[in-house]
Amino acid sequence: MSARTDILDAPAGPRPLRPGRIVAWTLLLIGGVVMVTPLLFMFSTSLKTAGQVYDLRLIPANPTLANYVEVLSDGRFLRWFVNSTIVAVAVTLSNLFFDSLVGYTLAKFRFRGRMIVFIAILSTLMIPTEMLVIPWYLMASQLGWLDTYWGIMFPGMMTAFGTFLMKQFFEGVPDDFLEAARIDGLNEFQIWWKVAMPLVTPALSALAIFTFLGNWTAFFWPLISVTSRELYTLPVGLSSFAVEQSIQWEMIMTGAALATIPTLLVFIALQRYIVRGVMLAGLKG
Amino acid sequence: MATIELENIVKRFGSATVVHGLDLAIADGEFVALVGPSGCGKSTTLRMIAGLEDVSAGTLRIGGVVVNHHEPKRRNVAMVFQNYAIYPHLTVRENIAFGLYTSGLPKEKKAARVDEAARILGLEDLLERRPAALSGGQRQRVAIGRAMVRNPSAFLFDEPLSNLDAQLRNQMRIEIKRLHQRIGATTVYVTHDQVEAMTMADRIVVMRDGRILQIGSPSDLYDAPADVFTARFIGTPAMNLLPARHAGEAIAVDGATGTIPAPPFTRGSERLLVGVRPQDMRVASDEDAQGALTLTGTVTAVEPLGPETHVHLDTAGGPVIALAEGRGAPAVGAPATAFARLETLHFFDAQTERALSGRAGADGARRT
Ligand SMILES: Nc1ncnc2c1ncn2[C@@H]1O[C@H](COP(=O)(O)OP(=O)(O)O)[C@@H](O)[C@H]1O
Ligand SMILES: [Mg+2]
Repeated sequence: MSARTDILDAPAGPRPLRPGRIVAWTLLLIGGVVMVTPLLFMFSTSLKTAGQVYDLRLIPANPTLANYVEVLSDGRFLRWFVNSTIVAVAVTLSNLFFDSLVGYTLAKFRFRGRMIVFIAILSTLMIPTEMLVIPWYLMASQLGWLDTYWGIMFPGMMTAFGTFLMKQFFEGVPDDFLEAARIDGLNEFQIWWKVAMPLVTPALSALAIFTFLGNWTAFFWPLISVTSRELYTLPVGLSSFAVEQSIQWEMIMTGAALATIPTLLVFIALQRYIVRGVMLAGLKG
Repeated sequence: MATIELENIVKRFGSATVVHGLDLAIADGEFVALVGPSGCGKSTTLRMIAGLEDVSAGTLRIGGVVVNHHEPKRRNVAMVFQNYAIYPHLTVRENIAFGLYTSGLPKEKKAARVDEAARILGLEDLLERRPAALSGGQRQRVAIGRAMVRNPSAFLFDEPLSNLDAQLRNQMRIEIKRLHQRIGATTVYVTHDQVEAMTMADRIVVMRDGRILQIGSPSDLYDAPADVFTARFIGTPAMNLLPARHAGEAIAVDGATGTIPAPPFTRGSERLLVGVRPQDMRVASDEDAQGALTLTGTVTAVEPLGPETHVHLDTAGGPVIALAEGRGAPAVGAPATAFARLETLHFFDAQTERALSGRAGADGARRT
């Protein structure tokens, strides 16, 4: 009998539960609960009044949107939200451009010192951020970059990880594609931009998501490099809620809940490119 | 349209020399095939013509102009790759139009050229599709379209059909040939498949180890191979080669009964190889054995192809393939005799593997 009839003949309903399957499902369930619970509490707390915060019920007794109204009508929050958006978008675009430009060069051109450059870039991956913060600070203060947008952004405008990621993906682009364009008369920059870049959209999407998330939630460096409240990013601003007035959990949670929205939007917007990229990749060769 | 001239062209990769001084003049509008086994430097030669590889030494001219240091764009050649190199993120129309990306033509002109190429190649209904939704043959047609729209001075093909199945390959072969007849552009076509070279090219360049062994029309190469390599490379099944040596005034061929007359030009060689194409070698009963090379052996395999049958013989001189008419083939394991007329024989020096004369056998036959 053909496979098709086998499928039709198979009994309807769930497949039998084997022990391995039960273990797998249990682990996934635990993982899911651990990850989702804080999020649920965040939303739940944002719907509570100040008096209810320590009442740990998941569903608030009298859910209210008052916190949202208050946070959104507070000019500071919006300002911080805009600051974070500017920083995260600018850094993300910069990484998409420069990481892939350098990654492409390392992947597709043979030149003297190529390996040394590559190893030098990779080796910066092994230095923890904590070690870099003081040099960054000294540098920024000498150049007058402290307390500016640029001062927040400059350490992340290019990353070794992004460069490495893009290099790996560009290596998968067949040389024929680039040579065909070369024969058609495109210059090297046009070849990179018109041919190579569209072929690595999945990598670009992934890099965009990572970079945006990383910069949207960055706390340490923005906290150190910025002193004026108008330049706070959202995480720094939200944490100041906790320091100044006695801790207002419901406000912090409301701000945090609002802060998740852009990251969700970025993810939803870009994930389809990842899927499509995988489909395109299937065409190669 | 343009001539292409290679003068003592050398290519080195680091310390390895992979092309050793090629000399080749391709006429305007000519279709030249570069053939040879994998790794013999065909692609490297083509890529030097295209400008994708630097020329290490020698002079390369296109249309009479030295282009050694010209960018690919200035050479105005178009190239079609084995893997098509059409872009998955663009539609068929956009892919074909990509050939005009830097042309500076106005939009309508570009569209008109794309439409014309699509019409010639039968791609009109596929223009809005993406390559993922095309068959291999259609993809290769898109790649050819992209090359065509530029009106290049020469077309370069690097094994364009090797990724297609046999039937499609035959069909595309005819299409490319027809296209060449229609456009008349100078074409350099790289293949490792001698059938493609034989059926398509005006002239064939046989290469081995980065050197040219022979240049000639398909019939030149078939009738008068310059050496053992070309003799065995051109024609299917490959030419039979039998060791032979002088025996007084005559030549004794291993596996043959009796001797054959020795043509004068074979005198200088001590050991010989006698070549005979399977098409010239008939399995038959011994009526017509007069003045012919006669081989005897045991049948090891029989391949009926319809109009004729290939009979594989094991002779004292080595394995031999002969033809049998229609259904008259002997059985496997049976003894059989095969004949070849003297004027069909090729003579080679066993040491140098060079041919001792073009249609050597003809002279020998006349002397008898
Ligand atoms: N970029 C390169 N670097 C070093 N050697 C190469 C390079 N390209 C080709 N070769 C060598 O040159 C020889 C000829 O290659 P190629 O022209 O591709 O052969 P063909 O197309 O006839 O199969 C091969 O031995 C190959 O290994
Ligand atoms: Mg090749």
